[in-house]
Amino acid sequence: MKKYTFTEKKDTRSGFGDAMTELGRNNPSVVALCADLTGSLKLDDFKQENPERFLQVGIAEANMIGIAAGLAIADKVPFTTTFANFSTSRVYDQIRQSVCYSEKNVKICASHAGLTLGEDGATHQVLEDLGMMKMLPGMTVINPCDYNQTKAATLAIAKHVGPVYLRFGRPVMPIFTAPDQKFEIGKAWMVNEGKDVSIFATGHLVWEAIKAGEILEAQGIDAEIINIHTIKPLDEEAILKSVAKTGCAVSAEEHNKLGGLGESISHVLSCNDPKPLEIVAVQDTFGESGTPDELMKKYGLTAEDIVKATLKVIQRKK
Amino acid sequence: MTDLEKIASQIRRDIIRMVHGAKNGHPGGALGCADLLTLLYFKHMSHHTDFKMNGKGEYVFFLSNGHISAVQYSALARAGYFPIAELATHRKLNSRLQGHPTPHAHLPGVRVASGSLGQGLSVAIGVATGKKLDKDNKLVYVLMGDGEQQEGQVWEAAMYAAHHKIDNLVAFIDCNGQQIDGSTEEVMSLGELQHKYQAFGWEVITVLKGNDIPTLDAAITEAKAKAHKGKPIMVLMHTEMGYPIDFMVGTHKWHGVAPSDAQKNLALAQLPETLGDY
Repeated sequence: MKKYTFTEKKDTRSGFGDAMTELGRNNPSVVALCADLTGSLKLDDFKQENPERFLQVGIAEANMIGIAAGLAIADKVPFTTTFANFSTSRVYDQIRQSVCYSEKNVKICASHAGLTLGEDGATHQVLEDLGMMKMLPGMTVINPCDYNQTKAATLAIAKHVGPVYLRFGRPVMPIFTAPDQKFEIGKAWMVNEGKDVSIFATGHLVWEAIKAGEILEAQGIDAEIINIHTIKPLDEEAILKSVAKTGCAVSAEEHNKLGGLGESISHVLSCNDPKPLEIVAVQDTFGESGTPDELMKKYGLTAEDIVKATLKVIQRKK
Repeated sequence: MTDLEKIASQIRRDIIRMVHGAKNGHPGGALGCADLLTLLYFKHMSHHTDFKMNGKGEYVFFLSNGHISAVQYSALARAGYFPIAELATHRKLNSRLQGHPTPHAHLPGVRVASGSLGQGLSVAIGVATGKKLDKDNKLVYVLMGDGEQQEGQVWEAAMYAAHHKIDNLVAFIDCNGQQIDGSTEEVMSLGELQHKYQAFGWEVITVLKGNDIPTLDAAITEAKAKAHKGKPIMVLMHTEMGYPIDFMVGTHKWHGVAPSDAQKNLALAQLPETLGDY
């Protein structure tokens, strides 16, 4: 098992904010829109340095999406920012009609996704966003795993032409990917090569998958771990190549089992190379208040849950 | 007939024939707004029929109440954005003239999809903001329905436009007092739109005769003169749904119904063919 260590922890939203500061300095077309959450989205520096390209829309997310579509018509590169729930379910029709169906180059950037939002509870813990966004024709869906990857993804989507949903979160997490990494949209990242099982993880669950890989190694299981940071377009080739070698798969995500990464992988496998799959995800329920760690444990999204799913799927292989 | 009245008459013929040809569509609101689109596309907007999505250096128009697409399609075709003959494909399979307008179909002149109501004002604000960032002093126009004012997003946008002084934006509301289920008064009364928009910080112009070209022309000229003065501008345009067809006018019943063969002929008999039918 390849060793992954970290010296620092940071929130993925800070990776977004720092990339926006960089974009503000280097790309005069970038405009940031914010719905009364400037500090939460780490946009204070962008706002201070580019006051004319920072648009405060107030608590009015539908209007924010529409304005972004208009800015895209005028050849700007708008980044809308708010919490993940208000970035998706609250404005689904606006994204569908004014952005995706209208083929607008809008970047929908969503913080505080999933259970790790914590104490604010289920009203804010969106667990359905990946599913909603991946169903929209033309939408690219990205869920990076740590500070560095979020920063790299943010810089990459500014160059990509087309609507993008970028999902990140609130808690501080280990920084274990390279600071100078090249982020390729739609290209899975091989975290660890192995032969017994393919673990496909996205977002905060990638670190859990690495910890699971270490536990499994101690039990004599050689896990291949792949980071699927781009949920759509999905790197089907990487998935099929890995499963052809290992013969079984586990997916791990901070999302409802319906509509998420596991569902996408299940589709790829069943249509191409049916092999057993276990899905580590929220079991079609809402979240609740609690600390991020307590919630991840209660809803079965820890390294131990990935280990359990792996042992089960290896049994199914036989 | 003046040249503008001739164009409006032909656009109305196109609307009747398009909706009849498709056997469905929304003739009432489209007929009522023919005078506005004539004035915008043939007098008040400097625009290029060699279509460029970004609209830089030109006046840009958005149709937020996309169900009256027939009037925009006819105005665009008659202005030269695409062949007039293509109007015959309206609402048919493989057409660029979808039931509701969309850039997804790559029809020149259409910059955003509309149909799900309430979204166009926000989009227009975005383009107006882009023009401000680019120091492009051309205006952005947007047309909404009066029933559409029942959508919450409209008021989010209204608040934003005043707060951010989007003064290169002229919005029109087609105040015909009708919506699908009946009159706006019955279905969901709108109150005093003039006072509401004024209270939101807009400059408001009311046009009582929105189907009278000289009156509407003067109102648009007034709106343009009031632009770039710190406030977004609203033109409340009182029209008659179905105007001027005697059996269509003033009732919600022609909001979304196509005329029969006989009704089509009766309607066309009231609209001089001025520029040649498609």
